[in-house]
Amino acid sequence: MNDMAPTREQREAKLEGMGCKRKRVEDARFTQGKGNYVDDLKLPGMLHGDFVRSPHAHARVISINSEKALKVPGVLAVITAETLKTVNLSWMPTLAGDVQMVLADGKVLFQNQEVAFVVATDRYAADDGINAVEVEYEALPVVIDPFKAMDKDAPVLREDLVGKTSGAHGPRKHHNHIFEWTVGDKDLTDAAFRKADVTIKELISYHRTHPSPLETCQCVASFDKINGDLTIWGTFQAPHVIRTVVALIASLPEQKIHVISPDVGGGFGNKVGAYPGYICAAVASIVTGKPVKWVEDRIENLTATSFARDYHMTTEIAATKEGRVTGLRVHVLADHGAFDACADPSKWPAGFFNIVTGSYDFPTAHLSVDGIYTNKAPGGVAYRCSFRVTEAAYCIERGMDILAQKLGMDPAELRLKNFIKAEQFPYHSALGWEYDSGDYHTAMKMMMETVKYADLRKEQAAKREAFRRGETRDIMGLGVSFFTEIVGAGPSKNCDILGIAMFDSCEIRLHPTGAGIARVGSKSTGQGHETTWAQIIATEIGLPADNIKVEEGNTDTAPYGLGTYGSRSTPVAGAAIAMAARKIKAKAQMIAAYRLEVHEDDLEWDIDGFRVKGLPEKTMSMKDICWAAYNSVPPGMEPGLEAVSYYDPPNMTYPFGAYICVMDIDVDTGVYKVRRFYALDDCGTRINPMIIEGQVHGGLTEAFAIAMGQEIRYDETGNVVTGSFMDFFMPTAVETPHWETDFTVTPSPHHPIGAKGVGESPNVGGVPAFSNAVNDAFSFLGSTHIQMPHDFWRNWQAAKRLGAVG
Amino acid sequence: MIPGPFSYHRPSSVADAVKLLVSLGDEARPLAGGHSLIPMMKLRLATPEHLVDLHGIAGIKGVRRDGSTIVIGAMTTQHDLLASEMISKSLPILHETALVIADPQVRYRGTVGGNVANGDPGNDMPALMMTLGASYTLQGPGGTRSVVARDFYQGAYFTSLEPGEILTAIVIPAPASGHGYAYEKLKRKVGDYATAAAAVVLTMSGGKVATCAIGLTNLSETPLLAEEAAKIVIGTGLDEATLKKAAAAAEEIMSPAADGRGPIEYRKSVGGIMVMRALKRAAARAG
Amino acid sequence: MAKTHITMKVNGAEVEGLVEPRTLLVHFIRENLQLTGTHIGCETTHCGACTIDIDGMSVKSCTMFAVQAQGCEIMTIEGVANADGTLSALQEGFRMMHGLQCGFCTPGMILRAQRLLQENASPSEEEIRMGISGNICRCTGYQNIVKAIQYAAAKINGTEFKEAAE
Repeated sequence: MNDMAPTREQREAKLEGMGCKRKRVEDARFTQGKGNYVDDLKLPGMLHGDFVRSPHAHARVISINSEKALKVPGVLAVITAETLKTVNLSWMPTLAGDVQMVLADGKVLFQNQEVAFVVATDRYAADDGINAVEVEYEALPVVIDPFKAMDKDAPVLREDLVGKTSGAHGPRKHHNHIFEWTVGDKDLTDAAFRKADVTIKELISYHRTHPSPLETCQCVASFDKINGDLTIWGTFQAPHVIRTVVALIASLPEQKIHVISPDVGGGFGNKVGAYPGYICAAVASIVTGKPVKWVEDRIENLTATSFARDYHMTTEIAATKEGRVTGLRVHVLADHGAFDACADPSKWPAGFFNIVTGSYDFPTAHLSVDGIYTNKAPGGVAYRCSFRVTEAAYCIERGMDILAQKLGMDPAELRLKNFIKAEQFPYHSALGWEYDSGDYHTAMKMMMETVKYADLRKEQAAKREAFRRGETRDIMGLGVSFFTEIVGAGPSKNCDILGIAMFDSCEIRLHPTGAGIARVGSKSTGQGHETTWAQIIATEIGLPADNIKVEEGNTDTAPYGLGTYGSRSTPVAGAAIAMAARKIKAKAQMIAAYRLEVHEDDLEWDIDGFRVKGLPEKTMSMKDICWAAYNSVPPGMEPGLEAVSYYDPPNMTYPFGAYICVMDIDVDTGVYKVRRFYALDDCGTRINPMIIEGQVHGGLTEAFAIAMGQEIRYDETGNVVTGSFMDFFMPTAVETPHWETDFTVTPSPHHPIGAKGVGESPNVGGVPAFSNAVNDAFSFLGSTHIQMPHDFWRNWQAAKRLGAVG
Repeated sequence: MIPGPFSYHRPSSVADAVKLLVSLGDEARPLAGGHSLIPMMKLRLATPEHLVDLHGIAGIKGVRRDGSTIVIGAMTTQHDLLASEMISKSLPILHETALVIADPQVRYRGTVGGNVANGDPGNDMPALMMTLGASYTLQGPGGTRSVVARDFYQGAYFTSLEPGEILTAIVIPAPASGHGYAYEKLKRKVGDYATAAAAVVLTMSGGKVATCAIGLTNLSETPLLAEEAAKIVIGTGLDEATLKKAAAAAEEIMSPAADGRGPIEYRKSVGGIMVMRALKRAAARAG
Repeated sequence: MAKTHITMKVNGAEVEGLVEPRTLLVHFIRENLQLTGTHIGCETTHCGACTIDIDGMSVKSCTMFAVQAQGCEIMTIEGVANADGTLSALQEGFRMMHGLQCGFCTPGMILRAQRLLQENASPSEEEIRMGISGNICRCTGYQNIVKAIQYAAAKINGTEFKEAAE
């Protein structure tokens, strides 16, 4: 029968709402080369800017001679700190409460620091220009090793701070000291250690690395001299924040500043902050009256914009002899480079590192973090993680393995023994967080059953015997990791950036024919927001996702939002979307009640519209309500169907997961092979399982790269020795392991749709899984801890140190 | 990362190319696949004023048999090598090696001539050519001469090529039928140069090694021929002790740099391991 | 620097331009021809975002001069879709298997995969991984790209696509 009414299942399916593996809206343009990335933009008369950079890590700038450069055909201007001083922009504020040179002002503090900005008619002439600028330097002694930064006789790096005994986060105790941050109960923790049967102490370092999205940082700035409008197209993860920063530092009225993030080719934290390139392009456009493009090259990206990690964590755990943890004490030496440009919420100098108690019920803990300056690039961004959460997860997950080893316990068993129990949620951690929900035991056991954990341990024991008998040169490691993330920054009570609370926002406008547009304060950098945001709306208001256009990234049209990083889009913007949709639904209900001539309370929601309770044939679809909203609303009601929501989350969300890595290492070469990697994630309600799986694959791949070799390494004079994709480990399809994914669902109780965020979990949980696998492989030879990254030669060195190779 | 300005020349014969190189002097560089030179130019570490593109020259591309030798035109790409049945059949070690050079795209452009001629110690083909006893045909203002690969490499980026000379062909004596071969390359990832690599070509007779040559890649500032190591294995059945002795002899002549691939001690040690593994695999293949 | 006149065929159409000898092919394609689907990711021949097809070869267009492409036949991502405007098997595979996220590597990846499938119509997973090893993707972890290429191979070969069990 053709006129049969669609079934409930058919009506649900038509929406492609939450839970649907909806194919992505974005892909039509991306698969056909029709994306709109910043460098694709070509404006009439557009100029190009490029930087002269310092070859030295620390040097006084004696002179900058632009004479020859200005004679290069096509070169129009050379901007230096002196030029910028005339507009009061030679330094800029950082998100962490420090200041940073835009262009070298008297000295340089890291290799490849921006020294001068050459503006030319095209990128070729600009490159010729930078090669013709003559800069004279006087080299100064460098501070590269963070453990020497606070030596009494260490060189003074930040002369601008001389005499300042306190900074944005309290007292400074040395000229290269930035802040000390302490959390927790010191006395109680010290007491726990005094009473402990067993303690461990280990320096666990998380090396400096870099997010390095495939598209580098870039922008086009265009100043309209007549109207005084400044438009900046840029690779921004947080366009509204950029607009406010520009308004504050350039003293331009905010309504005259238009920031647009078009398609962004990956972010991973690299594109949160403000860089000298943006400032210089804007100044150059104001000076020349023409649009100016700045595009970073890969070497510049790796060496100058926003590193990640560089945390050196002295970790101590106290426990009973039965394996109950009783205290955690961590001290972090945090290498922030030449300027403190961490992209953390303003009041959190070490981000949310105090999630370091992890998934375990620690009765007490104490944490202190010392931030220091060195002659390295500034940054400290959250590379595919919430603020300093990968560092914390690595610290505790490595620490638990070390404790297990000391106790002679299985690492999985030790974790099961100390997990926060399902009935303890909401759980108040010793370092101040309120975990929203979790079921750790179920997830862990599911992982152990799926991979047949006990059998793997038996196989490992047999392999170790075979190795001892000289029958094999391979050693086998099992890397267990159970992480708890803290994402969705954040509640206004404790999270802000430059004084702006970290809410997010959504504006939905429905059109008469049952379609609509949603504008959101987040900014997709590959996560597929145009697809998933429409799915939330589809489920909430019963219009097909295909009918909802999603728009982000234009500060003139999108409501103010804090952007996309720290897995905050779903927890915060996702909530704003649901709340805006619910406002619309509430108005729709009034319209439907009026049209159906019943009281609102007599209506109930049914997939794609309202029906009268007890009279299932009396219905009004959302599509029909949309039409009615424009011609027959109840008396006294404004027409239209539109809502805005600014969502201030009541709490963070706490995704978690159980990962395991099975690895074999050839001791003679240090070459490893990831035999199996299983990742179980619990991100609460799942909006689009296809996209979640893709996020997990990508995050695991980045975790693999970081743990196994991806390092920004400096030599003793401050030269970056890993400045290209040859030396900065960027795995191809050949090196990348095969991923197995799985999930449990424990919704967040405070989030409107119960979702927690997932994009960064695999990086947070993945790194300790890989590192624990390597460490577990070597542990039977007498090793306690081997530092990351675990590249081939370091594995071989470990084998040699442990007597496994001659 | 933009190259400095230069003039572009595209001669149609080797003679014209040589003439250009001679007349333009030190400021001219021949351009083959460009995958070493162009990146250097983008960093302005190389700033030639003239590029002489060899792609327009007919007759220096392709593989042919010439009696008991195989002749590879200098502009033959790694991809051409991989596609050549003659190479797979007669010089399978070249096929095996080409597969671990760079990545697929680079192999479409990267030439065998460029790989052997530019003197980069990281390139894979030079040690292989030394192992195979190949010679290079060089054409210059004074005519054509032949230099054996084993005498060609003098230092990093420093070879026997005289100013104005172009390497036009590689002549390789066809290895004995039933020979065993292996190229063992340890690298960090696809696209990387070798941390250490060893090429082995050998023949077996009655379970013993009859002839053997061993080449080493990226373990010194030039490719190396590990002659002492080869001598040690001849006449043996490649027992563990002999393999270890050969590896030790090979390590003796290695002088790798410490870099991102590892410290000197590591690179030498895995160099020895590559020699042992290549010997074992080659022996297993020998008929 | 004097400019050189060059002509070539791009996506089936004859094109021409005036370039400096040092003009990189990728810049000629992106800026002179305004075909911005070909991307620049590393500039050092590692990432493959600039991969195009030239005379039947996959080439990283950041490491070739535009003058060298004189007389060549080139295909860029803009020329990949079917003549009727529908997605090619590979483009469809990438969409169906979620083989892309930020989309920046995708044009190079598709061009490379297209050439791979022309040389090997039924590649194994290992052959696919080797075949795309000159292209870096930062988002997907490659697993779904492999599936996308398998999907396309099956569609082109008229065989059934079976998604490998995890």
